[in-house]
Order: sequence, then C-alpha cells, then structure tokens
Amino acid sequence: MATHFLGDTAVLTGRTMRHVTRSLDTIITTAITPVAIMLLFVYVFGGAIDTGSVSYVNYMLPGILLITIASGISYTAFRLFGDIQGGIFERFQSMPIARSGVLWAHVLTSLVANVISLVVVVGVALLMGFRSGAGVPAWLAVAGILILFTLSLTWMAVIPGLTAKTVDGASAFAYPLIFLPFISSAFVPTDTMPGPVRAFAEHQPVTSIVDAIRHLLTGQPVGTAIWTALAWCVGILVVAYFFANVVYRRRIS
Amino acid sequence: MCLPQIRPAHPRADSSYEDGAPPAGRQIGQIPTDFPVPVADVLRSLAGRGDAGTDFGLTLTLRQPSMLAVMSTPSITPAIHVQGLEKSYKELRVLRGVDLDVARGSIFALLGSNGAGKTTMVKILSTLLKADSGTARVNGFDVATQAAGVRESISLTGQFAAVDEILTGRENLVLIARLRHLRDPGPIADDLLRRFSLTEAGGRRAATYSGGMRRRLDIAMSLIGNPPVIFLDEPTAGLDPEARIEVWQAVRELAAGGTTVLLTTQYLEEAEQLADRIAILHQGRIIVNGTLAELKQLLPPAKVEYIEKQPSLEDVFLAVVGENTVVGENKE
Repeated sequence: MATHFLGDTAVLTGRTMRHVTRSLDTIITTAITPVAIMLLFVYVFGGAIDTGSVSYVNYMLPGILLITIASGISYTAFRLFGDIQGGIFERFQSMPIARSGVLWAHVLTSLVANVISLVVVVGVALLMGFRSGAGVPAWLAVAGILILFTLSLTWMAVIPGLTAKTVDGASAFAYPLIFLPFISSAFVPTDTMPGPVRAFAEHQPVTSIVDAIRHLLTGQPVGTAIWTALAWCVGILVVAYFFANVVYRRRIS
Repeated sequence: MCLPQIRPAHPRADSSYEDGAPPAGRQIGQIPTDFPVPVADVLRSLAGRGDAGTDFGLTLTLRQPSMLAVMSTPSITPAIHVQGLEKSYKELRVLRGVDLDVARGSIFALLGSNGAGKTTMVKILSTLLKADSGTARVNGFDVATQAAGVRESISLTGQFAAVDEILTGRENLVLIARLRHLRDPGPIADDLLRRFSLTEAGGRRAATYSGGMRRRLDIAMSLIGNPPVIFLDEPTAGLDPEARIEVWQAVRELAAGGTTVLLTTQYLEEAEQLADRIAILHQGRIIVNGTLAELKQLLPPAKVEYIEKQPSLEDVFLAVVGENTVVGENKE
C-alpha cells in the first residue's frame, strides 16, 4: 500500500486540481470577499483608524490574507462532501489504492488553490499601495506561516466535509473562522478595545499570527510573536489532523 | 429429470452467448445433473401444504430454504461465499443471517424491496462496511481480514452513478486506470469508450451525459483492470426504459467475458432478464434462492390459459421512441 501512496495521491490530486482549474470561480470567490473587505477598510474605515507610522493597507494585509485562507478552505469541505454525495468516494474506497491518499489529495489541492488566491489578493493590495521592504528570508517565513495556517485549517475543514449532512453544513463552519480576524489585531490595534474583548483578542491565534506576519513584512524584529504563531498553527494542525483521521476511519470502516 | 414446460422466459439463454459458450460453472435455468435430491421434489414438499399456494403463503412456508443454495452450488470455490452474515444499525437488524454462494462467471441477482438490506450486503462485500457477525469471502479473500485482496478482486458500481461530473468521460476512465496502476491508461480508456458507444461523448464532461450514458460510463469504469467480481447495486434504478436496456446490454457483455456479477435490483423483470440465479432477500434473510426455473416451480405447475396478447405500454413506448435510438447507439 505504502508504495502506491505517492502515486495514488498524485493521481487523485490531479483530479481535484482539475476541479479547481475548471471552476475558476472558486478561486475568484475565495479572493473576492477579502478584496472587498480590503477596499472597504482601506478606503472607508481606514482613515479613522490610527495605525501610527504604518500605512493602513500595509497594516491590515496580514489579516486579509488569513481571511482569504479561511474562506478558501471551505471549498475543501465542499468538494469532499460532493465526493461522498456523488458516490465516487465509495468507489475509491472499494479500490485497491492507498486510502489516506483520498484525503491528502483534497488537502494538497486546497494548498495550491489557496496559494493562488493569496497571490491574487497580494496583487490587488500592491495596486492599492501595499509596499514591503522585506527581504527574501522574511517573505519565505511569511509564506511558511501562511502554508502552515492553510494546512491546519484545511485539515479542520476535512471534518465537516466528511460528516456534514447538507452542503450548507459542510461549508458553514468557515464563517466563524472568517469572523475571527475582526476580533484581533488584524484591523485595529487591540489597545483600543474594552477589557474582556481585548483579553480575547490578544490571546486568540489570529493576533499572534497577524503580528508575526506584519512584523516580518514591515521589517521589524518579530520577537516572540512568531513562536506563538507557529505554536498555534502546529497545535491546530496536529489536533485537526488527528480528529480528521478519526472521523475518516470511522467513516470508511 | 422432468421439468414442467415453462415459457422461454429466459432470453439470456438464447441471446447472450453469441460470442461463445457460456463460461464454466454457469447454469442456465438448469438443475445440475449431479444434484443429490431433485430440487423440484424438495420444493414441492416444502410448498406442498395443499394447493392453496399463493405466493404470500409460499413466502411464509419457505423461511429456511436457503440451504437449497448450498446444495445446488457447484463444487469449485465460489466467487462469493457468504455465511451467517448479520448487520444491525443500532436497533435495526438489517441482515439477520444471510447465507449465499455465487458461482464463478455467473450473474446473480439479489432481489428485494426497498430496505431489504441489498445495499448493506453489497457494502459489506465491497469492504465499505463491517459485518457484525458471519463470514464473507470474495474471490477467496475474507472481507474482514483480507480487505486489500478483496479490493484487488472487485469493482463496485454503487447505487448512484459514481462518475466525476467535472471530468470528461475519457478522463474518468483514465483516472480509474491510473488508480489501478495500469500501463497505457489512454488506449484502455479509448477501448472502453468504443465498447460502450461513448466514443463521441468521451471528450465531454460527464455532467452533460444522460442517465443511461452515465451508467454506461460507470459500468465501463468498473471494468478497468478486469476485476473477476463486479457488484452492481441497482444499476437501472431511476433510468428510463431505453437506458435500462442499454445497461442490460452492458451487463450481458460483462458476463460474456467471464466476470462474476452480483447485481441487486427491485425490478423483477431485470432479474428475469439477466440472472443465472436469483435470491430474494426479505427482512434480512434469503428466503428463496435458485434459478429462474427453480423459482417458478415454487408455484403450482403452470396452467394453460388463453389470453389475448396485448402490447404492453413498454412495447408501445419502445416501438415509438426507443428502438431507433437504442439500436442506433449500440451499433458501431
């Protein structure tokens, strides 16, 4: 079985990638919400938000990137749910293939699709005046954090994809994830928030991830934020991967 | 052995072996000559509580004759061997001890109404579901302990045509060929498209296919890698008459190649058209199992009646719209 894992996963990933390339609207819709929020905040609210010396578009782009990922991964749940509904999931399970390859194909596809969406969003941000003096190592670190974040949320998305009863249920879990950056340091500095909200905002994963990315992009020392960010990403990844596989095994046995 | 005269209601026997002799082990409406006890006698003695035998009464008296299946099975290892299979979903006992054998190279129909447990049977046999108790072997492999071997030996065509709608017909076939680790997936796909009259549609997305075309593609996908055993779960459910005939043709081609086919259906005519043996699954048990001829003997001998032969609505339908399309599509 193990010998076929890579080959089977590659074949299955090729299939799901075709789903992405043949419905490019999924990439557009993934990018359009974050872009709309970005336009709204930069050109409507942004003027009233004091972010010190940092231009507002530079300030809020990290949060927008996380929103992009949060809305992008819901397509993983959607596609997985579609496979189960359509019966092709069972067909794969009854075939002599590496069984975990079925999930990995969806996860890898999510990774590629989200990277494309992220590039689109960064492109729009550049048009809106986003600039970064970050060097190659800092950009690589940013890419690493974003990929890790995508992986952890995608494995999380696998769970509703496998268990949902309706297509709405499969993608509904993404809404709180999209909302989470709003109660964080992504759009406004947290020190303007009232006590309890501020306490939540400062201790939820998005704030540390946003801060780490922001510091990397603006060339500031990242300090401990990056370790907190990585710990959150890896922690979510491990837990989500574990439960996704528990659900998967229950589903296929 | 003397069988009562029965209408030739088994057209397969006449029509479907143009390509050659039936595969070894196949029985066509005949009781094997080495059969120890005359089936007809057993059945008559079972059914013989008077001549009041409506089928309802018979069903009640024939609760345990699944042993008949064991008795009339040829001595070579069956392609599918099921014994004492039980499965419950929480309180609901779906299978309550199913015994059955399917001879290699035969078409076996599992007949039953909705909720009789047909799909559960197929899912257990195709390793998608674990049984609570009992044993099942497919192509000699135990479904519980040798699942990988079973998966190498089977193809499942589920209740809904499991094709990838976003891929083209050809891409669907290539996908499965790659997953079966075959060389040259392209020619394999092209060959199947031709055999199932889908060459022209091969480049179109499966989402644009008609119900019958989807099913044919579905069955074509199941043929890739020539698995010795194929499960077809209600292959014609929800299809119009023309599409149904297309699918029947596909199933006959399968069997002509020596593949063992286990199909489930709730259409009696389908079982009659296709199957070498028929088992009726009712409330989680096999209550009747035999060839069509054997099954017919469960009822009192045929009476000769004169009836006016009226064309059925299906005859009319096919005459008006069906024949042309079907013939046209199946011709190469």
